[in-house]
Amino acid sequence: MTIQALKQQALEVRKTLLSMIYQAKTGHTGGALSSTDLITALYFEVMHIDPSNPKWEGRDYFILSKGHSVEGYLSALAKRGFFDESLLSTFCQYKSPLIGHPNNKIPGIEMNTGALGHGLSISVGMAIGLKKDKKPNRVFTLMGDGELAEGSVWEAAMAASHYKLDNLIAIVDRNHLQISGSTEDVMGLEPLRERWESFGWQVEEIDGNSMLEVVNALKAAPFKEHKPSLIIANTTKGKGVKEMEDIPSWHHGVPNQHLYEQAMLDFESMEKELQNV
Amino acid sequence: MSDYRACREAYTTTLLTLAQEDPSIIVISSDARGSCSLNTFVETLPDQFVEIGIAEQNEIGVAAGLSVVGKNPFVCAPACFLTARSLEQLKVDVAYSHQNVKVLGVSGGVSYGVLGSSHHTLHDIATLRCIPDLTIILPSDAAQTEAVVRTIAHQKGAFFIRIGREKIPQVYTEELGVKPFTLGKANTLREGDSLTLVSCGELVYHTLEAAKLLSNEGIEARVLDMATLKPFDEEAIIKAAKETGALVTIEEHSINGGLGATVSQIVCANHPVPVKTLAFPDEYLVTGNSLELFAHYGLDAKGIAASVTTFISQVSTL
Ligand SMILES: Cc1ncc(C[n+]2csc(CCOP(=O)(O)OP(=O)(O)O)c2C)c(N)n1
Ligand SMILES: [Mg+2]
Repeated sequence: MTIQALKQQALEVRKTLLSMIYQAKTGHTGGALSSTDLITALYFEVMHIDPSNPKWEGRDYFILSKGHSVEGYLSALAKRGFFDESLLSTFCQYKSPLIGHPNNKIPGIEMNTGALGHGLSISVGMAIGLKKDKKPNRVFTLMGDGELAEGSVWEAAMAASHYKLDNLIAIVDRNHLQISGSTEDVMGLEPLRERWESFGWQVEEIDGNSMLEVVNALKAAPFKEHKPSLIIANTTKGKGVKEMEDIPSWHHGVPNQHLYEQAMLDFESMEKELQNV
Repeated sequence: MSDYRACREAYTTTLLTLAQEDPSIIVISSDARGSCSLNTFVETLPDQFVEIGIAEQNEIGVAAGLSVVGKNPFVCAPACFLTARSLEQLKVDVAYSHQNVKVLGVSGGVSYGVLGSSHHTLHDIATLRCIPDLTIILPSDAAQTEAVVRTIAHQKGAFFIRIGREKIPQVYTEELGVKPFTLGKANTLREGDSLTLVSCGELVYHTLEAAKLLSNEGIEARVLDMATLKPFDEEAIIKAAKETGALVTIEEHSINGGLGATVSQIVCANHPVPVKTLAFPDEYLVTGNSLELFAHYGLDAKGIAASVTTFISQVSTL
């Protein structure tokens, strides 16, 4: 896809995820919006996948370690053809297969996440296994920045470089916020790049809401032979809805009718703008 | 709905009052001050609050360390993470090392509803009961929660308290006229001799409602609130077995290893009579909020009453 088409697709994902949250009256809005461009690029351009055959042996793997951002993930999977988009309207309803976290009963989802700090270990296991079988498949993992306070992340980081996992590409959604406020106030992460480098990772830093930079970085990964790759994707939490951007309470805020309708109109005018470029 | 109150608010409001008088009280949380209703506490007593970030193992370890140097630490975070991820710290650093740490697990049971099994806590009674010297309390409403905090605040020891998330109806109303909490003692909320219903936590209210429905059918149930799961009030259970001849347990927990298992063990060993356990099945639950899940799995008043009626007819044909 062209960058233009991917941007368009990301807007579609944003619209859908916001509708899901608005209808369900629950959801993790801020982190879903900050990571939309990353997930869109992975599913519509970067990863080798076959939606008609989700368990295809040649597929690249994706683990949403920050499982609470499930709304964007489900939207992307449905739009990419893994399951019928009409299912999304049942999100978080009584007896729906779609809960507020990823669940691997859903085609395209590999693992059940939701408890933070598990995804990187799982990904290390997959990457070791694939290497043992001399398979070319890659493993992509998306983590939150607040999530990096979990010690297990660093246990996995150590193992990834120890086993020279250059088939593993981890992404940090660096939106600088978690539930209680700024990551640097809650539990400081900086100097983040140097910390990952000192754990033996090859690090690239990008604007994670610029489709061009996202696609370029993901396509360039893995960055170095014998090393795991880390992308620090600088993003804005709540990206795309001005009223939500950079405000901690939108972590799991649900828009009222007025804000929802306004946001949908804004997305539509963004789409029109894109078409006129 | 005005008399609905959230236990987490009762807990932290009480804790704030106590902490203002006792600077050794330190609250520790892991990016969960909102979930635990701790914002006022943090604003009022910033020096008595330690933020750990999303790191629950570190959180319990740090609390144990604070206890070693004479502080009175209260950990507050979601029950699902504290009782699974930090289980080893809870066992080794807190209970085994005899430290003075109070652990509050919020949004326990199925409070997190649609967020799914990663966020449900249906294993905590079973798991934590096997840790010696750890007191386990599941308050049933806000008034009892407040009484629990006041009771344990200045006791030394390892405590785990599990509460829910939503605003819930009051059990301990003036009309009921029962003292909300005595550590290690069951509360008799209703007298009856047809059988005894034993519950704890949020389902106590639904059990009382079920007892009213049953009364319409001529079944008079004794209702026990077993707020302290450990140490367990064995006497109250043996007495109920002797006096009412049958027991049904009702809990927001897995059918395995919880209140029902505890009661059955005591009844079998002391005065064998029929016992039935109502709890969540040993499987991953359907999607739903907590009230939908209670109803789906027969743990709302209607479901409890129906199971009890069937049980009574089975027992009487024995
Ligand atoms: C082990 C664990 N602890 C706590 C939580 C509760 N929780 C859900 S999201 C969240 C904040 C996540 O912040 P961050 O990783 O920065 O995600 P983002 O900003 O991308 O939403 C927390 C504490 C959890 N899901 N898992
Ligand atoms: Mg973040």
